Amino acid sequence: MLDTRTLPDEFGYFGPFGGRYVPETLVAALDELEASFQRHHLDPAFVDELENLLHFYAGRPTPPNHAARRSKELGGAQLYLKREDLAHTGAHKINNALGQGLLARVSGKRRVIAETGAGQHGVASATVCAMLGLDCVVYMGEEDVHRQALNVARMRTLGAEVISVTSGTRTLKDAINEALRDWVTNVESTFYLFGSATGPHPYPKIVREFQRVIGREARAQIQELSGGLPNTVIACVNGGSNAIGIFSAFIEDPGVALIGVEAGGRGGDQGEHAATVESGTLGILHGSRSLLLQDEGGQIIGTHSIAAGLDYPGVGPELAYLHHIGRASYATIDDAEAMRALSLLARTEGIIPALESAHAVAGAVRLASETSSNHVILVNLSGRGDKDMETIAAQLGERP
Amino acid sequence: MNRIDSTFKSAKAESRLVLAPYVTVGYPTRESAVELALAYVQAGADMLEIGMPFSDPIADGPTVQLASQIALEGGVWLEDAFHLIERIRAQTDIPLALMGYANPFMQFGLDALARATSAAGADGLIVPDVLPEHAHDIEAANAEHGLYLIRFAAPTTPLERLRQVGHGAQGFIYCVSVTGVTGSRAELSDSLPAYLARVGKATNIPRVVGFGISKPEHLRSLRGRAEGAIVASALIDLVQASPPGQGIEAAAAHVRSLAAAA
Repeated sequence: MLDTRTLPDEFGYFGPFGGRYVPETLVAALDELEASFQRHHLDPAFVDELENLLHFYAGRPTPPNHAARRSKELGGAQLYLKREDLAHTGAHKINNALGQGLLARVSGKRRVIAETGAGQHGVASATVCAMLGLDCVVYMGEEDVHRQALNVARMRTLGAEVISVTSGTRTLKDAINEALRDWVTNVESTFYLFGSATGPHPYPKIVREFQRVIGREARAQIQELSGGLPNTVIACVNGGSNAIGIFSAFIEDPGVALIGVEAGGRGGDQGEHAATVESGTLGILHGSRSLLLQDEGGQIIGTHSIAAGLDYPGVGPELAYLHHIGRASYATIDDAEAMRALSLLARTEGIIPALESAHAVAGAVRLASETSSNHVILVNLSGRGDKDMETIAAQLGERP
Repeated sequence: MNRIDSTFKSAKAESRLVLAPYVTVGYPTRESAVELALAYVQAGADMLEIGMPFSDPIADGPTVQLASQIALEGGVWLEDAFHLIERIRAQTDIPLALMGYANPFMQFGLDALARATSAAGADGLIVPDVLPEHAHDIEAANAEHGLYLIRFAAPTTPLERLRQVGHGAQGFIYCVSVTGVTGSRAELSDSLPAYLARVGKATNIPRVVGFGISKPEHLRSLRGRAEGAIVASALIDLVQASPPGQGIEAAAAHVRSLAAAA
């Protein structure tokens, strides 16, 4: 039986993936973070406080939702949605932000930095910092600042400083570069609240543990609703925090298929997508070894996805490992298919998902067309689409 | 004897610092990078750090990022680094260290990298995002070719870890002068002497200070506190700020004044 709780190993590896590839300046801070996490995350007082916040502040547990109309249209496959979009701030990112926010508070560091792509982790970080009385600086690529303008306004309203990153591809990759440079500079006063299940050890482990609540709830809920475990669990994947959060509860169930859905963007050409597991190769970026989109010289390639939160040329090391050992499989959904799934979910279930989550929904639609009836599919609906309304309106306007 | 060791030995005998200017592969252009490096040698450089650009250089500030970006837009590859090293080596016997981030090196293959770097005439590798505890593969590949892997110390490194870093270190310890990224700074940190003393307490390997070193007075203040200094952004800034065709001369003149203070 695969027990992922024993992973990563002491150096932060999940098989050949993970580790800690950072400048020496950050080593002491990462060691301190790891020690703090080990000391606190199972400590009853810490657990109590976090559970209270998750319940009374973030609104957990988030409900499961049997998409009845949708299931009927899909020809029998039963579709269940784990409604992370209903959590406070509109996505699963709040789970990890609350956990790491409490670690920031015990660290005594008053300044918090975060990176963000779609803006959901930035909003969650700004929210938690406002509540805990910490200063918050969010790095966001210039392109994402434009396409997720609503989230930028939310972060600023919450009192965070949003820094628009103009280097490189001006998306999440470069936001992480700038956040790491800030951290290297201000490491003694600053806590880095990392949002993805990637980065240097111990972040992939910490993010997984704080997102594990999604899977823990979903597992109990779906057993109650459907009378058993799902046949398939589907989540969108890039850094992969929502995916590892829901997968973690089912990894040890060999009968449950795990499917990660990557962004196919505008198609298969290099630079036009972010399907890292499908077409990436082993490499080192942002502190960990994992699959990457890179050229033959090891330079990182730009990506494209309509979903800012999936527009990153890497993937979390544990998700790469689950692929490596054959425990999870990956599918690719392009911009257009994600938009169609979004539209369908909106019109048949009254739910507008985030563009990221729409990729997972599209993956479920595709699977449903290939499976027999009574196949139970659990989709992690990781966020809501409010932040994407401008993009969605423009897309739907083009295709009336 | 590795050229790095012999250079520090003779600098020590002369009570002077080893001055190591930094040259970006492919900057200002592939061709002029050779001229720039040789001008630094002429101006009194004791060692050169040859930097291979990477798309995501997290330890570098805006100046080195800019030079890297210009070089990458010019289509630079790791093979260009080997060619640059070969052409410098044909003209001088000073030690040369190839710096680069882990990913391009890993894609090339660590054995192939050690072989090609050594064959081109370099003496060491500097990889800022590989820690000693993750460096076994690189060190094993280097050992076969007599190439050193340079380790780092930072102001945040505790004494116990400094001892571990020093144990088995080769050539010199790259002492990052500040918590921060590369970039020219007007003043050196007040806590630098105490930090360098801490490194000296942990290891006998020569200490080379990098990040922020820009002026002759910085070098004068390091004498007796370190064994060498690396200068990067201050030189790139001069190249960038000079009228076309005059950058190399301006940067080399600065190296000359730094060498006089070393």
